[in-house]
Amino acid sequence: MLKKIRQIAAATFFLLTTLLFLDFTGTLHVLFGWMAKIQFMPAVLAANAVIIAVLIIITLLFGRIYCSVICPLGIVQDGISHVAGKRKGKKNRFRFSPPKSWLRYGMMALFIIAIVAGISICVSALDPYAAYGRIASNFFSPLYRLGNNLLAFFAERLDSYTFYSTDVWMKGWITLGIAALTLLTVGILAWRNGRTYCNTVCPVGAFLGLISRFSVFKLKIDADKCTGCRLCERNCKSSCINLKEYKIDYSRCVGCFNCAGKCKFGAIKYLPLKPDKKKNKAVLENNSEGQSLRNALSLLGLFIFAKTVKAQQLHVDGGLAVIEDKKIPNRKTPLVPPGALGAKNMKARCTACQLCVSACPNGVLRPSDRLATLMQPEMSFERGYCRPECTECSQVCPAGAIKPITPAEKTAISTGFAVWIKENCVVNTDNVQCDACERHCPTGAIIHVEAESDNGASLKIPVVNKELCIGCGACEHLCPARPFSAIYIEGNVKHHTV
Amino acid sequence: MGNDNKKEISRRNFLKLTGVATAAALYGCKSENKVSAEGGAAGEVPADKMTYRINRNTGDRVSLLGYGCMRWPLKQKADGSGEEIDQETVNELVDYAIAHGVNYFDTAPVYVRGWSEAATGIALKRHPRDSFFVATKMSNQRGDFDLQSALNMYRHSLNELQVDYFDYYLLHTIGGGDDGIETFRKRFIYNGLLDFLLKEREDGRIRNLGWSFHGDVKVFDYVLAMDVKWDFCQIQLNYQDWQHADNVRNINAEYLYGELVKYNVPAIIMEPLLGGRLARVPAQAMSIMKEVHPADSPAQWAFRYAGTPDNVLTVLSGMVYMEHLQENIRTYAPLVPLNEQEYETLEKVTEILVDSDYIQCTECQYCMPCPYGIDIPGTFGHYNRCVSAGKILKSANDENYKKARREFLVGYDRSVPKLRQANHCIGCAICGTHCPQRINIPDEMRRIDLYVEQLKQKMDF
Repeated sequence: MLKKIRQIAAATFFLLTTLLFLDFTGTLHVLFGWMAKIQFMPAVLAANAVIIAVLIIITLLFGRIYCSVICPLGIVQDGISHVAGKRKGKKNRFRFSPPKSWLRYGMMALFIIAIVAGISICVSALDPYAAYGRIASNFFSPLYRLGNNLLAFFAERLDSYTFYSTDVWMKGWITLGIAALTLLTVGILAWRNGRTYCNTVCPVGAFLGLISRFSVFKLKIDADKCTGCRLCERNCKSSCINLKEYKIDYSRCVGCFNCAGKCKFGAIKYLPLKPDKKKNKAVLENNSEGQSLRNALSLLGLFIFAKTVKAQQLHVDGGLAVIEDKKIPNRKTPLVPPGALGAKNMKARCTACQLCVSACPNGVLRPSDRLATLMQPEMSFERGYCRPECTECSQVCPAGAIKPITPAEKTAISTGFAVWIKENCVVNTDNVQCDACERHCPTGAIIHVEAESDNGASLKIPVVNKELCIGCGACEHLCPARPFSAIYIEGNVKHHTV
Repeated sequence: MGNDNKKEISRRNFLKLTGVATAAALYGCKSENKVSAEGGAAGEVPADKMTYRINRNTGDRVSLLGYGCMRWPLKQKADGSGEEIDQETVNELVDYAIAHGVNYFDTAPVYVRGWSEAATGIALKRHPRDSFFVATKMSNQRGDFDLQSALNMYRHSLNELQVDYFDYYLLHTIGGGDDGIETFRKRFIYNGLLDFLLKEREDGRIRNLGWSFHGDVKVFDYVLAMDVKWDFCQIQLNYQDWQHADNVRNINAEYLYGELVKYNVPAIIMEPLLGGRLARVPAQAMSIMKEVHPADSPAQWAFRYAGTPDNVLTVLSGMVYMEHLQENIRTYAPLVPLNEQEYETLEKVTEILVDSDYIQCTECQYCMPCPYGIDIPGTFGHYNRCVSAGKILKSANDENYKKARREFLVGYDRSVPKLRQANHCIGCAICGTHCPQRINIPDEMRRIDLYVEQLKQKMDF
């Protein structure tokens, strides 16, 4: 019963959290955006005392329910472990192992030092929610989008506007690599030993483990009823049941209730009492925590099906000039989106979960390649620009790295300023008049002046009024110069109001 | 006041008739599944009822439906390296056309990225030389106007079309350039090119010599009055351009046609459908037409209009799909000339068309390729299709705002890749001189971009 409740809750949380990373229309965030905000690390970075307090109280009451129900990385491991357990001869494959306290508390100490010292790469690499976010945005989201594009392909043929196709593109190799590495590590550990990752590496797990030792409700082995069959121990993903001594290591128990479900003698109970130490054993059968897994798998199946059908290619047109891809200019100061306040706030609060990157509808945000801010979001304008009506990233950020702003506020936040590169400008290279940058500037920060002041008939070149520029990148994106735009945005270290 | 009321009513009609509009939008791809006694869209395609006009100069018996070869279908190359002509389909279309009495084929060296002549030549080679008339052009409007490259173009056309004489040969797009008359002289007089072509006519390698006209009416008058016997002249004629050409980019066909009659020069008609726009008329216009002939499509009306005047030798249509070909053959097999009442109906339709904010683009591709990659005809085409379907919003408070907004934006991305849309136009105006309809392309691009921004930003307008 408890196990069923846990499974259903976990499946729901997992699916909805994952969908946050998949939805590119901005509709789900309105309803379920809070699911990212109750994740532990984002709440810590956002300094959201209420959520942290609630999570601690829940843990104090019920143990590490968080790890079993809310943490998406934990649920992924349960799924993998469940599949591994379906293999022949692997049904009751776990056994008790002593805690590796030096490792888990070492990791936690390292993590805390990293937060304090501002080594954001360490923080984002270890935060379980961010780790899952990267997996979702790098692996699930492209598949989801390809599936959507397939539907859009058919919708177009049916003259329906229900689905529209969306770009699928490589946002950052390093982040993809780290996500793959994380998935591989977590996957192998879960396949072989269940929740090993949560009890050796994960700093959130270690922290909650410290609290859950003292939780009110605990699983207890009734030594009188226990027959010593060890089924419970053999089914404990956390390897935390020491049946010889009728003990459960509550710092490692994630409250999955598999043991209670397995025991044929009712020897394991979830009770708000001190455990009675008597002799007994526990009995187990095979676990069946399949809900989240089955859902995840059916979703995966859908993605794989979608991938087999290729998204539609270019339309047939009459003779089009080739458009060279734009290249990313070398910005001295990285551009962070409006609402981020500046590089410092971003670096301190972002866990690199990629939620904003997944949500950006304009192809502007992508994970950073710079070591200091690795995997944290950065803006660039090869595929689009930071459009005036859009504040998606600021709405979805669970960690307070990008504060919520309104489109009206956005018009006055200067994230950077435009720089003109004379040599690239088509006025000089092609000898044609072009006013693309001026025409698309939302704040009127660009005007055109005669290239040669004494010659009235000369072509006009753009000049930038930095005081008005908000760094939206419209000029950079729409500049016809390729591969490098003739006007590009240099970031402001600290955002300011124009 | 009365006028206001009328508008009110037509707007209501137009909302009611969205269904008809959809039919109109679909019309471009499919023939309707209706049969009527005369000229229905579906049903038998007669093989022996084509209306023919006699060329007074040569006695040629020319089919009233002429095949325009500027829109041949393309396909992806097998190795994925780009596009090529879908020759198999071209052959099928040509065979079908000839089997059903079409015998006039009009191409040019610049059509379909320069591939049209060869494709047309291959398809026609499979038929006896005396079973068709082939027309091509001297397309020296771009470049330095020197004689040698013109002669190369001329000979290249003979090779590509695999013929040893041209039935019809045209000086292509007369009337262009900033100073039209001077441009004409540069292209044909100073370099001796016209003398060469007249000599070719004497020698029988050109059976009929004429010219196609776009643009400055002074040039039209000048060339027509020259001391040269013109065997024919190709003009843009359709019910909208008859009296409602804006006389900047296009001249009233009423005038042009009248002059040709005066000079006894047979007329060949191009753009009878305005690049398909007259086949996709707005719902109000559609309903007026359907009241008179429920089974007839707007395209049929337009073709009957273009074919009715006696001095018209043939009406060109760039047919891409078999269905278009079949429908047009039906319309002219035989032609039922328009009567007074029908003329009046089209007069009303024209009023609606002139009032709506179409961009006068016929998607002829002359402006392409844009050096900055914009898909100009694609962008205009999308906009015009939305005009036809009555889905351009007048204000953000329109009843159908949400739906029309989504359809415009989603449809835009579907029709035109993002990097080729109007917002990427830099306003260099290099395209300006190429457009035979004299559209101010950068201005129209701005207009569309502004509209798109209004929708994207959900502005009040």
